[in-house]
Parts: sequence; C-alpha cells; structure tokens
Amino acid sequence: MSEHTQATDVNAAVAAAVKEVGPQPGPLLEVLHAVQHRLGCVPEEAVAPLAAALNLSRAEVHGTITFYHHFRRTPAGRWVVQVCRAESCLSMGGDAVAAHAEKYLGVSMDHGPVTTPCGRITLEPVYCLGLCSQSPAALVGDDPQVHLTPQSVETLLAGLLAADAIGSAA
Amino acid sequence: MSALKVYVPRDAAALAKGANAVAAAIVAEAAARGVEVQVVRNGSRGLLWLETFVEVATNAGRVAYGPVKAADVAGLFEAGVFSASAAATSAAEGGHALCHGLTEAIPYFAKQQRLTFARVGITDPVCLEDYEAHGGLVGLRAALAMVPADIVQQVTDSGLRGRGGAAFPAGIKWKTVHDQQAPQKYITCNADEGDSGTFADRMLMEGDPYTLLEGMTIAGLATGATHGYIYLRAEYPHAHLALNEAIRRARAAGWLGVSVYGSGRAFDIDVRLGAGAYICGEETSMLESLEGRRGEVRVRPPLPAIKGLFGCPTVVNNVITLASVPVILAKGGAYYRDFGTGRSRGTLPMQLAGNLAHGGLVELAFGCTIRELLEDFGGGSATGRPLRTVQIGGPLGAYVPAAQFDLPMDYEALAAAGALVGHGGLVAFDDAANLPRMARHALAFCAHESCGKCTPCRIGSTRGVELMDEVIAGQNGEANVALLTELLDTMQYGSLCGLGGMTPFPVRSLLQHFPEDFLDVQH
Repeated sequence: MSEHTQATDVNAAVAAAVKEVGPQPGPLLEVLHAVQHRLGCVPEEAVAPLAAALNLSRAEVHGTITFYHHFRRTPAGRWVVQVCRAESCLSMGGDAVAAHAEKYLGVSMDHGPVTTPCGRITLEPVYCLGLCSQSPAALVGDDPQVHLTPQSVETLLAGLLAADAIGSAA
Repeated sequence: MSALKVYVPRDAAALAKGANAVAAAIVAEAAARGVEVQVVRNGSRGLLWLETFVEVATNAGRVAYGPVKAADVAGLFEAGVFSASAAATSAAEGGHALCHGLTEAIPYFAKQQRLTFARVGITDPVCLEDYEAHGGLVGLRAALAMVPADIVQQVTDSGLRGRGGAAFPAGIKWKTVHDQQAPQKYITCNADEGDSGTFADRMLMEGDPYTLLEGMTIAGLATGATHGYIYLRAEYPHAHLALNEAIRRARAAGWLGVSVYGSGRAFDIDVRLGAGAYICGEETSMLESLEGRRGEVRVRPPLPAIKGLFGCPTVVNNVITLASVPVILAKGGAYYRDFGTGRSRGTLPMQLAGNLAHGGLVELAFGCTIRELLEDFGGGSATGRPLRTVQIGGPLGAYVPAAQFDLPMDYEALAAAGALVGHGGLVAFDDAANLPRMARHALAFCAHESCGKCTPCRIGSTRGVELMDEVIAGQNGEANVALLTELLDTMQYGSLCGLGGMTPFPVRSLLQHFPEDFLDVQH
C-alpha cells in the first residue's frame, strides 16, 4: 500500500466516521471510536482531518486521543488479549499468569499494550474486566476467559498463534 | 403441551464458563431426541462458582444444575432432567449429581434480600413483556401519575445514597436539579465500573437493563430532564449489546421518545462508550469525557447538579443508584427505608471476589457483617488457607484485617474504622498474599490512571511506587515507610479529586495493619 492510498484511506475513514456519528454535541469521542472501528487504530494522519471536520484544534484532537488508553496509534495484532492486572486477579495468582504470558510470547507489558513481532497477538494490561469472582481473568476479543493459570494461558495463546481465521480459536 | 423451559445465562461470567456451548448442546441434544425444549438466555443468578448455572422450569419452581459443561448435557438428558415429565416432578427428586434443588431454596440465594436485583437471572433481559410480567414498569407508571416534586420526595424518603461510592443522598441531588430553571437538563448514568472487585453494574446491565432505563426515565420525570446518557466502559461489550437492544425495544414500545407512554413528557437515552480511563468514573471527569474531551476533573463548584453536562443542570448517578429507583417508586420510599441500619438505608448488592470459594453477587440490607459475607456466603478462601484481609470498595478502598471482620457493612461504621463501603465489592486475600506488592499496586494504578491535572496525584503516585520498590527490595524500610507516610498525607489532602485523594487509603491501611510485612523484609 502506497503512502498516498493510506492517506486517502484515513481521510475516507474520518469522513465516514463523522457522517456516521452525525450532528450531536461533543462528538469527538464517538468519532474516534468509529475511526478505530474502521482502521483498527487512530493514526497520526487522522488528527488533521478530524480537527478540520469537527472544528477543533489539532491539539485538542491529539490531546484527547492520547488521554485514553483505548485508542491505539498503530493497529493491534490479529488477536487482542486483555489481561486483567487488578487486585482481585492479583489475589488469585494474576501476576504469575501475566508473567507467563509475557514469557511465552517473549514480550513485556511494562510499557502498556505490546504486539508480538509476528503481529498475531497484542497483549494488553487492563484494570478489571468485571469477572472478579472467577479471577484471574482475560478478554480475548470479546470472549471472556476466567480461572486462568500459567498452563491454561499458554494453551490459550498457543491456540491463537495457530489459529488462521478469526473465530476459529474461540 | 408447551415446550420445557430451560434457562442458560448470557452473563459474561457464564459465557466465560462456556454457556454458549451449553445452550447449543441442549438445543442439539433436544432435537436429536425429539424433545421440545425452549432455551431462555437469562441473566446470572449470581452464584458464580456454579456457572454455567442451568435451570429447568418445573411445577414446583426452577430447579438448578451447576456447574454444567457442554459435555454434561447428554448425561442430563439421559437422567431425564429435560424430559416432559421433569416439569411435573418436584425438585427433591432431582437426584443428579449436579442438581442443587430449587434455586430459590439454595441458602446462598434464599438468604438474600433482592430489591434492585429482583429480576436479574429470572427474566430474559431484553424481553419487555417478561420485564413487565415480573413487576417492571410499576415504578414508572406510578411516577407518571405524580408531580415531579413528589417523585423527588419518595427518593429522599427512601434514604437512597449514591451507590457508586460517594454515598451522597440521591434525593438531595435530584432536588437540586429539579429546582434549577433551565431549558435543558440531563440524566447521566455512570456505568464506568472500573473498580476491581466490582461487577454489580455489569450484571445488572447484562441481566436486567430495563431496570436501569426505568430508573433513568423516572429521574428525568422527577427533574425535568429530557435526555439521558449511559457512560459505559469499553471493557463491557456484552453490557453494551444488552443496553442497545433494550433501548431499541423501549423506543419501539413507546416508552422512550418524545412522549413517554403517551404522557406528553419526553425522555430518551443514549449509550456513550468510554475509552479505558479509570478517572472517568469521577463525575466531573465523566462529564468532560461525555463532551468529547480529555477526561480531566473539573474544579467544583459549580456542582454538576447546577452546571453539568454542556453547562446544563445534570444528575450524575451510578448504575445501581438509578436501578434502585424503580422499586422505591413501585413500593414507596418507606418500604425501601425499612431495610438497613443507621443512616445506611435499603439494600446493597455486594460482590464477593478474589480468593473466595463461593464468589458471586449477594444483595442484602446494610448491616450484615464482613464475616457473614466472607464465610457464610463466600465459604472462606478458594485456596483453603486462612483469610488474612479483605479490600472493600475498589482500588481506593482500605484493606480490613481479619481481626475486624465483625464490622458491619454500613457507611458510618466502616468510615469510623478508616475503611469505606465504596461500590460494595469485597476482594479477599489469604495469608499467602504479598501485601507490600498490593501497596505498590495501589500507587502504580494511581500513576497509570492519573489525569495529570494536579501535582500530588501525578507525581506523588510515581514517587510512591519508587519508595515501595525500595521497601520491597529490603532497602531502608523504616525510613522509606516514614517518607511514604508523609507523601500519602500530601496526596490525600492536596489532590483535586478522589483518585489521588483516596489512593492513600489502601496503602495506609496496609501499613497500619500489617507493619511487620513492610519493615526490612526481603520479598
């Protein structure tokens, strides 16, 4: 994909997202969700067209994107695995589960979400998935996983690495 | 003869244990055997260690089986659990190894006082007819026949206080918004349930979303607001689906829209997704986020009730607060007030989490003790080791040591002991837990989630993590703990909002109750 096509894609995604959200007060967050839904992230190139379309400064758009953990600057891997790092999961061995997931994939979540070099899995630390009676928990896409152990998380990740089509690992 | 009704929850806690596969297996097995079965995807009853919790409707009531796996389904058919005659047999004759008898007779469930969660796990969450058949809309119909001031009075009389953690009397907040003269007012529901150990909001939104919509509509009628927003965290995809479907159906039924059930009074609701910022659970930060900006806290005054969303008078209430309103309007403020103790009136849906054998949702009147919750309901630790402490009320809540487990769940009683009720989540830890690690976690979490606007929170949390790292490494424990204590004072008294202001609570409680864990011990 050339850089020219990329810019066109981003502009088109921004235009479509703005149109989808429609006229309403304070639409930026909704529009950002819609852009990320289309592109898998909110790239730097989206800032200027977003600012122009919503009559905001680029600083306001940039500041909002970077404030929220949910918005990515680059696309995530094929599978997003959100690993809960909050208290309840820690009380049931969540540290060992997270450490094993990092070791198995050879990555570190110390600085937030991290994608494997092969691009298949993004490992993302989150604080609470609301599955605290079944700790430790994770969310694979929208698919909740609970009562994790280092062994079960390895099996889960191995399945994702091997899975070809979206849905086949669930 | 009508089909046998079988209930398989669609709650995320059940999906995590394979509920979709169980439901599919029941449908497939029934078809193969030529048995007529109707599978209803209900919310969760809240006995979460028994998920997937399958119920079969019988003449005596619903009979419970759990934990059921897809592989168990054929055996259940073989045992006659889903046969036509099953509906006629009494529960006691169940006999199957997974059978728990009548759900309503299981002590964990029978001992509860479910007002807010009265329908969760019983109805099909998005079926409006089912909602009405189980007492839904009674509160709204009562409110439609009242003048706004009387609705506010009922809520005031009930003694309902904000269930999100701040425990501010809901009636006073509503009255303030009611008294404002403004062309536009808003009801906002804080569904950014980010506190670890809490999942009541999620269970209610997934299991009985109409109750929340009804509470918000009543709030609109009471205050003159015509639009409501539910600010939902992005980590709850299943709640998002349930809410949107419920709103769609409520609009189609003439409930939400320009004239609520033909009353001529308008009220509509939209869901707005958060984007992974814990701070947006703070009310002014949530309003900033709803307006599409960085979720930085606002300086108060003005209060949101006077100048809130888009500068208009705004009610900001948590999911459980709003979902407790329909029963108050249906049965009267006095009925609700008669539950509870002291100034903590009504019931609290408590969430048993962490290291417990029987985690789940327990709704009880205020006043039950921590021990009853952890031992009688929770069944002690999941690991079998003695429980050492419990963190109550989320990541900003204090750790309560085992010696204080006889304290009652009551806003004032816990506050007097330096702890808080918060959102009613209890996260239990056994005696093997690494408590300095938990103190470090509280500070690291604050650093991760700080909006950055005020210095004590932004910088204090990071310095606190560094101090804890040295303590954990066994370096200069006593001096570092003394320095940390001073830093906690600065954060507590100098921060703009509850994130920096309350992060000291868990840390201080650990230092106070478990000093031996912190001093010159290598972890």
